[in-house]
Amino acid sequence: MLEISNLQVAVANKPILKGLDLSVKPGEVHAIMGPNGSGKSTLAHVVAGRDGYDITGGEVTFNGKDLLALAPEERAGEGVFLAFQYPVEIPGVNNVYMLKAALNGLRKYRGQPELDAIDFLKLVKAKTKSVGIDDGLLNRPVNTGFSGGEKKRNEVFQMSVLEPRLAILDETDSGLDIDALKAVGDGVNQLRDSERSFIIVTHYQRLLDYIVPDFVHVLAGGRIVRTGDSNLALELEERGYDWLKDETAVA
Amino acid sequence: MASQPQDISEFVARKYEAGFYTDIEQDSVPPGLDEDVIKFISQKKGEPQWMLDWRLKAYARWLKMTEPKWAHVNYPPIDLQAISYYSAPKSQENAPKSLDEVDPELLETYEKLGIPLEEQKMLAGVAVDMVFDSVSVLTTFKEKLAEAGVIFCSFSEAVINHPELVQRYLGSVVPVSDNYFAALNSAVFTDGSFVYIPKNTRCPMELSTYFRINAMNTGQFERTLIIADAGSHVSYLEGCTAPMRDENQLHAAVVELIALDDAEIKYSTVQNWYPGDENGIGGIYNFVTKRADCRGANAKVSWTQVETGSAITWKYPSCILKGDNSVGEFYSVALARNYQQADTGTKMIHLGRNTRSTIISKGISADQGQNAYRGLVRIAKGAANARNYTQCDSLLIGDKSGAHTFPYVEVKNTSSQVEHEASTSKISDDQLFYLRQRGISDEDAINMIVNGFCREVFKELPMEFAVEAQKLLSISLEGSIG
Repeated sequence: MLEISNLQVAVANKPILKGLDLSVKPGEVHAIMGPNGSGKSTLAHVVAGRDGYDITGGEVTFNGKDLLALAPEERAGEGVFLAFQYPVEIPGVNNVYMLKAALNGLRKYRGQPELDAIDFLKLVKAKTKSVGIDDGLLNRPVNTGFSGGEKKRNEVFQMSVLEPRLAILDETDSGLDIDALKAVGDGVNQLRDSERSFIIVTHYQRLLDYIVPDFVHVLAGGRIVRTGDSNLALELEERGYDWLKDETAVA
Repeated sequence: MASQPQDISEFVARKYEAGFYTDIEQDSVPPGLDEDVIKFISQKKGEPQWMLDWRLKAYARWLKMTEPKWAHVNYPPIDLQAISYYSAPKSQENAPKSLDEVDPELLETYEKLGIPLEEQKMLAGVAVDMVFDSVSVLTTFKEKLAEAGVIFCSFSEAVINHPELVQRYLGSVVPVSDNYFAALNSAVFTDGSFVYIPKNTRCPMELSTYFRINAMNTGQFERTLIIADAGSHVSYLEGCTAPMRDENQLHAAVVELIALDDAEIKYSTVQNWYPGDENGIGGIYNFVTKRADCRGANAKVSWTQVETGSAITWKYPSCILKGDNSVGEFYSVALARNYQQADTGTKMIHLGRNTRSTIISKGISADQGQNAYRGLVRIAKGAANARNYTQCDSLLIGDKSGAHTFPYVEVKNTSSQVEHEASTSKISDDQLFYLRQRGISDEDAINMIVNGFCREVFKELPMEFAVEAQKLLSISLEGSIG
């Protein structure tokens, strides 16, 4: 599904990713862990198509398509979704209105007919229930005045409405209390199926208590330095990242 | 990457759709201004002597005045002797009484602008007065309104048919000597709309005036006078467009509103004069004096304006809150893009007790556009318990535009409350990326953000106008996406 090979990315001439390889197959959940500044968020942003990164080498394909050649909204159309670490406030724009425009934008890209208001509201109602988001948030301006936890829940809610093929969660767990963390975990688990893949970018192991990954990768110094199963996350929790740095330095 | 941040500047390169010219035989005076021109205008309109005297008095005052320079706008000196002060379609010579008699060319012009005039085709419940250069072409639904006692007609007609009302109220809110452009307008105004709503009457439909500048080298100087008698209610809308040309044209209007006891006037404007091209060539100078007098207790006046056009906009729709418990409101969206300059805002003059005012101003600047909010809240000594709330927000698109805020507050009363909030924001790359990541195209994303920014003002507009305003603001891409 997602194939990243030898990806090299720089920001303002400073190399951040230095030859990253990652292969995600349908239905898989990959966790990317690593210390601050290792390039985790850069990876998430580059896959989603954010401006401001120089791609100096390598390639990223998604179901065989060259992802790097597509605009962000086209990547969304292909099925890539990014849950933001810092969801941005858009004053005056109703949350549900935005989501309807988004869903119909995706449907248009895929050559599907647009959903009318009634069908859309039905869908929203069903998803509201399954994600357990407060109705009150739906008709407020996008993320405006939301608490940190509400913003993250809203991301998961949007994800469940837009039903991506690949969802990237960029430190969705940061700043969440235990209840919110569980809600995010539940939201993701409900969406897990044999076709849909996830990349969970995180600092800490704790989100992985709720979302059990198939693979855990450690990103350090712009490369994936170790890959394992969910036990690797536990090991990292216990030992930190420093031992890996030492190991890679030796290697 | 598929797009670069500099695309933002291309978002604003939308087309001006009302920029066509109607080729019609016009009857114009040669350029220049003197007493003879004023006498000519007055005679052309068959005005009584008192009206001519009023004009000449204004002209004498104007000759002693100088053009104000305090606004945050820049333009070369205007040669007022190079302007023609009267221009009317020849076919209007014998004022047509009904639609059948109106020159089809003119009807077509309004059709093209999206204003069908045949009453059965019109939006039910909106009466229109069409002002074309210096004359009112036609006012629809006049008879139907007359049944309710509402007078809605061209200003010229009001001077002839309702001289007692015109004499009592004309210049009572904006005195002839108020300012340079108001004095000029008082001397040379050619037409406009007149509205009188009798006591305890709710005007049965929306009233509107559509101003069109067509002829070259003319100025449009119109006058609007609206009187809401005690206990009455009216909602009035105005729209404006002009052809695209390389010369700047002057539009200097005066609007006076009078609300008596318990009366309410809602005045909405969608101003879309030709703004000039992307290099700042051409466009209308929109120098307008608009003022409302809440003369009676519990009167209410609400100004809503969406200013997307004009090379330069210089206007401050204001409220004098004379009656106790009277209410003034000002809701504004002003867009300045390319080389447009807008210096706009309001004055809320609190004189009566328990008077309240609300100001919501949204300025959008794109390209080299310069947008200034200028406002005055004055609370007089006698205005016990007066309250004002002001909110000024500026949105910048791109990095060459400017936003300026000049709020003045004068409070002479300790029991009053004045609140002022201001913010300046940019459409951030973060917001754009967020929406695009969700599957929304970048042009839709910008429209969504801009419309969200203006929402508090748009919701004050009558429905049909809100749609029109959103459409106007939706800054279309015209295939410029990189």
